Amino acid sequence: MKKNKSSLGVMLSLPYMIWMAVFTLIPLGVVCYYALTDPDTGAFSWVNVTMLGEYWSVLGRSILYSLVSALICLLLGYPVAYFIAHQGKVAQKILYMLVMLPMCMSFLLRTLAWVGLLQDTGIINDFLDLIGIGRLQLIRTPAAVILGMVYNYLPYMILPLYATIVKIDHRLVEAAEDLGCNSLQVFTKVIFPLSVPGILSGITMVFVPAVSTFYISQKLGNTDTILIGDIIEKWFKQGNNPHLGAALSLVLMILVFVCTGIMNRFGGEEEGVIV
Amino acid sequence: MEFDGERILDGINLYINDHEFLTLLGPSGCGKTTTLRIIGGFLTPTSGTVTFDGQVINDVPPYKRQINTVFQRYALFPHLDVYENVAFGLHIKKMSKEEIHTRVTEMLAVVGLKGYENRHIQNLSGGQQQRVAIARALVNEPKVLLLDEPLGALDLRLRKDMQNELKRIQQATGITFVYVTHDQEEALSMSDTVVVMDKGRIQQIGKPEDIYNEPKNAFVADFIGESNILDGIMLEDFKVKFFGRTFKCLDAGFAPNEPVDVVIRPEDIDFVPVEEGHLTGTVTSVTFKGLNYDIIVDFKGFKWLIQTTDFQPVGATVGIRLNPEDIHIMHKSAYSGMFGDYSSYSAEYDELTEDAADEEE
Repeated sequence: MKKNKSSLGVMLSLPYMIWMAVFTLIPLGVVCYYALTDPDTGAFSWVNVTMLGEYWSVLGRSILYSLVSALICLLLGYPVAYFIAHQGKVAQKILYMLVMLPMCMSFLLRTLAWVGLLQDTGIINDFLDLIGIGRLQLIRTPAAVILGMVYNYLPYMILPLYATIVKIDHRLVEAAEDLGCNSLQVFTKVIFPLSVPGILSGITMVFVPAVSTFYISQKLGNTDTILIGDIIEKWFKQGNNPHLGAALSLVLMILVFVCTGIMNRFGGEEEGVIV
Repeated sequence: MEFDGERILDGINLYINDHEFLTLLGPSGCGKTTTLRIIGGFLTPTSGTVTFDGQVINDVPPYKRQINTVFQRYALFPHLDVYENVAFGLHIKKMSKEEIHTRVTEMLAVVGLKGYENRHIQNLSGGQQQRVAIARALVNEPKVLLLDEPLGALDLRLRKDMQNELKRIQQATGITFVYVTHDQEEALSMSDTVVVMDKGRIQQIGKPEDIYNEPKNAFVADFIGESNILDGIMLEDFKVKFFGRTFKCLDAGFAPNEPVDVVIRPEDIDFVPVEEGHLTGTVTSVTFKGLNYDIIVDFKGFKWLIQTTDFQPVGATVGIRLNPEDIHIMHKSAYSGMFGDYSSYSAEYDELTEDAADEEE
């Protein structure tokens, strides 16, 4: 019986396994191959990797912007997630849908919409001009890039946080009140520690796509806010050096692995307590 | 107390004395947990007052009350170990590290959990979690400890041990215990005072013995132990008529010819030879229960439960005598006629009150 069951499991998971092999593992091999071969001769070479030195600052900026975005998402998202988790069942569903709603719209469109809002002749500046403050430099700033990231990835923070907070047993809150906690202490001593897994997964969910993102900085930033995703795109599409792009992708991938690894390790102990 | 316009508690008038072990006893949904939550401050009554040492505390939040609670299924903090769970309340009170350490260590010894300080909560058995929950509440030295079905999730053996343990702790500390349970045996064996509740009303308050021996109505008589409840007429003081016969009894103070409920406990009935019996009936079922036999006897169509060590085979004709002290008379109530007839007897009656304890919130 048991054997049948597991072989059925294997059979059912086979399509995805094949999919993974064909469209993830093999391309990964191709990326590695490109990254480690000479653009001209096609022979094995470290030349692409050695050229990466020029891009450390871009890579650092990508990580910095992504971390800042993740933190802002956390600060904005936590109260929202907390609020949603404490509504009635129907209200929770509606609010959850509203959080998801922006994700139903194209990423490109959402980012372009911010151009319309922020640009020098955009809606916000028109308004500022109207009320006498005058036009400000909003677009083509690091802040605009981070704003774009926060706006695009905020749902990825709210959803795991909500899922964690909603599961916290209300009786624990009562137990804390019973033991002398006022509402602030209930939060700091019980709710916050118990929502750490959600915080970590939210940060990961925002950080990983943000660090490899492109387009946002092209539309909302300036030449000094170019991110690693844009560089990779450039080398594949315009620079016509897929070897260098592949090397950059590889480094970025390793970096993401390392970052999430550190984060999970850092939170691992906490999580062990909670689960 | 009302929820969504539905009356959950009605006319609750309850005095709890210092140092007493008081039990709120009743079936699921009778309002006992609601009453406890009002005392704990988790609910505010829609009308009426809650007073504590002479002060009205209706609007005092739970964290300002000198009351601690042992919650149903414990509600221990999963992110803290045993020591930190117990120390939680003391940390909030900003006690010194040394004092916290002394008190927590002491309390863990009291509940028999020495050496478990650094264990994680999820690695404890139900009984151990229970002890942590008790220690976590007691370490704060509350004036009143509220216990909401604390033993509900434990198996029978462990429950008995913990009953003794709780009683011992209560006597040793002198803290007032307000205990909620649906288990009548637990209530009778542990309490100084039992409050029997049903449908949001207090049915009877009294010492365990009084509740058992002098139930006020058919509900209490049936809920606390087993009872045969018959329709009778109180002819005059100390004389009651049922089944067409007049019996002597010990009750007085009823109106002449007042219709009453007559309670006869199954264990008070003795078999006698048929010719000496007040009543004669036929045995319709016999169940061996260990300590005794549960024998159902048909008296003119009304079935009685008799608990006895005398075996009688099914079909036998038996006689019984009823002594005045075996007969207890109650005024008619809304519960009259609802309980005390064993015509639909099932051997599982003991379990009927055991289930559905968890559904109450």
